[in-house]
Amino acid sequence: MSTVNVTVTVNGVERSAEVEPRTLLVYFLRDHLRLTGTHIGCDTSNCGACTVMLDGKIIKSCTLFAVQANGKSVKTVEGLAENGKLHPIQEGFKEEHGLQCGFCTPGMMLSALELLQKNPHPSEDEIRWGISGNLCRCTGYQNIVKAIQYAADKMAKGEA
Amino acid sequence: MAETTSESLGGIGQSVKRKEDLRFIQGKGKYIEDFYLPNMVYGVFVRSIFAHAKINSINSDAALKVPGVVAVLTEKDLAGVNLAWMPTLAGDTQAVLAGEKVLFQSQEVAFVVAETQAAAVDGASLVEVDYEELPVVVDPFKAMEPGAPVLRTDKEGQKDNHIFTWEAGDKAKTEKAFQDAEVTVSQKTHYPRCHPAPLETCGCVVDHNAFTGRTDIFMTSQAPHAHRTIFALISPFKEHTTRIVAPDIGGGFGNKVPVYPGYVLSAVASLVLGRPCKWIETRSENIQSTGFARDYHSEIELAATKDGKITALRVKTTADHGAFDAQASPSKWPAGLFSICTGSYDIADAHVQVDAVYTNKAPGGVAYRCSFRVTEAVYIMERAVDLLAVKLNMDPVQLRKKNFIKPEQFPYKSTTGWEYDSGDYEKTMNVALEAVGYDQLRKEQAEKRSRGELMGIGISSFTEIVGAGPRKQFDILGLSMNDGAEIRVHPTGTVMARFGVKSQGQGHETTFAQILAEELGIPEADIIVEEGDTDTAPYGLGTYGSRSTPVAGAAAAIAARKIRDKAQKIAAHMLEVSEADIEWKDYKFQVKGVPGKAKTMAEVAFAAYTAIPDGMEAGLEAVTYYDPPNFTFPYGTYICVVDIDSKTGEYKIRKFVAVDDCGIVINPMIVEGQIHGGLTEGFAIATMQEIRFDEGGNILNGNFMDYMLPTAVDTPHWDLDRTVTPCPHHPIGAKGIGESANVGSPPAIVNAIVDALSHLGVTNIEMPVSPWKIWRILHEKGVA
Repeated sequence: MSTVNVTVTVNGVERSAEVEPRTLLVYFLRDHLRLTGTHIGCDTSNCGACTVMLDGKIIKSCTLFAVQANGKSVKTVEGLAENGKLHPIQEGFKEEHGLQCGFCTPGMMLSALELLQKNPHPSEDEIRWGISGNLCRCTGYQNIVKAIQYAADKMAKGEA
Repeated sequence: MAETTSESLGGIGQSVKRKEDLRFIQGKGKYIEDFYLPNMVYGVFVRSIFAHAKINSINSDAALKVPGVVAVLTEKDLAGVNLAWMPTLAGDTQAVLAGEKVLFQSQEVAFVVAETQAAAVDGASLVEVDYEELPVVVDPFKAMEPGAPVLRTDKEGQKDNHIFTWEAGDKAKTEKAFQDAEVTVSQKTHYPRCHPAPLETCGCVVDHNAFTGRTDIFMTSQAPHAHRTIFALISPFKEHTTRIVAPDIGGGFGNKVPVYPGYVLSAVASLVLGRPCKWIETRSENIQSTGFARDYHSEIELAATKDGKITALRVKTTADHGAFDAQASPSKWPAGLFSICTGSYDIADAHVQVDAVYTNKAPGGVAYRCSFRVTEAVYIMERAVDLLAVKLNMDPVQLRKKNFIKPEQFPYKSTTGWEYDSGDYEKTMNVALEAVGYDQLRKEQAEKRSRGELMGIGISSFTEIVGAGPRKQFDILGLSMNDGAEIRVHPTGTVMARFGVKSQGQGHETTFAQILAEELGIPEADIIVEEGDTDTAPYGLGTYGSRSTPVAGAAAAIAARKIRDKAQKIAAHMLEVSEADIEWKDYKFQVKGVPGKAKTMAEVAFAAYTAIPDGMEAGLEAVTYYDPPNFTFPYGTYICVVDIDSKTGEYKIRKFVAVDDCGIVINPMIVEGQIHGGLTEGFAIATMQEIRFDEGGNILNGNFMDYMLPTAVDTPHWDLDRTVTPCPHHPIGAKGIGESANVGSPPAIVNAIVDALSHLGVTNIEMPVSPWKIWRILHEKGVA
């Protein structure tokens, strides 16, 4: 099987691997880089457990070949906390009980990150639409909404 | 020193933030797919494209030529090690790999093992299976007709597709009550086949070490100890050399209770190849082949007096169990706890009959967030009460109140044989009525009707039966349904506690620590809870049926009290008084009447390892196996308000009030989270979820594109409240909450939609209630 070299800046660090051309980005991250925080919950791009940020925009990493990310920059859940300090979104999920089994959480938090970057003061409705590409089976979303509101408030205070 | 309180300890009743979360929010949870062992191979199934077909031959030649493919296992290979069939949790047998024929679409036919997952997929696509199609049986009623093809030709003596008949209650007395009834109602309804679909699919990594003789099985297991025992019963793996580890689990909801062929084949592959073998389902495989839920076709009848006193209940159910009877059910209770269908009501006579049937569909019949068929029972009863209310032209609230079991009747012996522990149903219902503004809503509904607008109010006042179960009545495959707790208090006063249950998101690491904090006077932060590793955890039957708090939670309290008993002796020795002069007060051992003279549990713990009294063994540990004396009976009232667009049939849940009573609440934050989740799954079942088949047995919606899960936008806002009626037989008075909301909410939603259309003569709409179904009714009635 022929392979191809893929180099991606992941969470600020340049990472390379030899992969089959058909390798999906999510398997590149998980199997080759062992960044297992990004999960796989379906095979039809519906669930959003594999959501990561590619050059600042969220994508479902099961729907992109690793080679398509070559030379680009990816942010995963492992890159949310900086300098040992949790991101306000991570804090919000813990404080507001925004997770139960935790399987959807990484993807959910990446979607929340993009939402808050684009819209720092979202309404409940805007939050619900913002995470509508991410399925959760445990929480019923209500506390996820609160978690994102917590993060929005905290980030707004940080700006002030 | 600051006073020690339940709040300072993080004890019972405190909304302690979860210990689990730090790893999950940083992407450091460890789920099954996160296991990568050196030299590991990957297994992928070849699955049947037909629902019923003879297998003439399987040709693996092309698959074996794929670079990286190591082996292709078929039924013949398994027969050689006596593993072609395995027992199900219901005591039936299930094919691990299909031999002579396949019995449902997506059934496991061959297992391709390769160096990479991709190579295994390539190999699987090249395995040639020569099928000869057989007549397919999809409809359980047709399955029972004379001349229907007999599906289970493998079973000696099986002459038709009937699995069992099970009855509860008194048939003759019930018949008499119906003959004498002033009013009767009846309704046929189907609780659709649905699928729990946890966000993480099933999978395992099996590592057999030929040199040590040990086998490590990492798997998505809600019941690791029970699974290890089953492995030992069916395979060459012995219980003492086999270790099952259930790591972090991405949701279970009953889907991870059964043993699936993938686990067995990974074990065989590892044994044969001497290498670890990983098997991870795709989502489509998960929906198409693993434990489905429900699929109960029921006819329910109520008999009543003209003024609304229900006198009898009769239920006749045909249960579609699929190709193998693989439902999770206690061995003496093939329809589980279905006879709880008299619900929250004092009914003199009842008769329930369930007939289970084989069809060409995937096996299962697991609970989907439900304690052994309670969901089906609650649904039909809460629908029937509404039917009766319409027939009698009574308000459904008044009808329910008239028939509720009264507080003074507890413990209440139901006519089908259950002893309800405690409850005050009317009080709980009144909290819900107040919160929703019931009387005002009825006025609004009348006004809207006069303008041609459609609005409905649906009520469900359910009672569950959870916490299986008392040893004298309940076992699974002969295994008693008790659960263990083991506590070690270390010299410095910190605690390690281990349990036989296994959290899949319920937050046991936090709530069980809270129980121990309360009982031991040690802060929850100093207590660590471990589950899921059969090498270290005490035996137990696992987490499902809302049994963790009723059984393992009780074990936690009892084991802690054993610790306290020993600690009290040590404290007396330290304080130089007799044991009788010591009391456990304010989370300390105090000399009676001398408030300043006291020892904390941490001080005693240090002494337990350094300065024990003569004649006493060192250490401060305890193990308990808790056999629950009875089930627990959580209950609640849910009220749903819907607005329906009369032109399109689209509807919106405007308000949903859920008032639960699960007894003593350990962690209100977690309990509310459980209710949110349960309501959302109930909403999904009521409005969008059904696994559908065509006449050829082809699954029409076997993936997440077509099998619907609600998004954040679809999901209503939930308004919660609670009452607290402690469980009298549970050490801390708790009842369990995991499933109440999923059990109680579907009838509230359907009742609301039917209520909105009742003035048009509508009495029933089958789940899942789609806008399309409503539009068709409105169109027929000339409204849309």
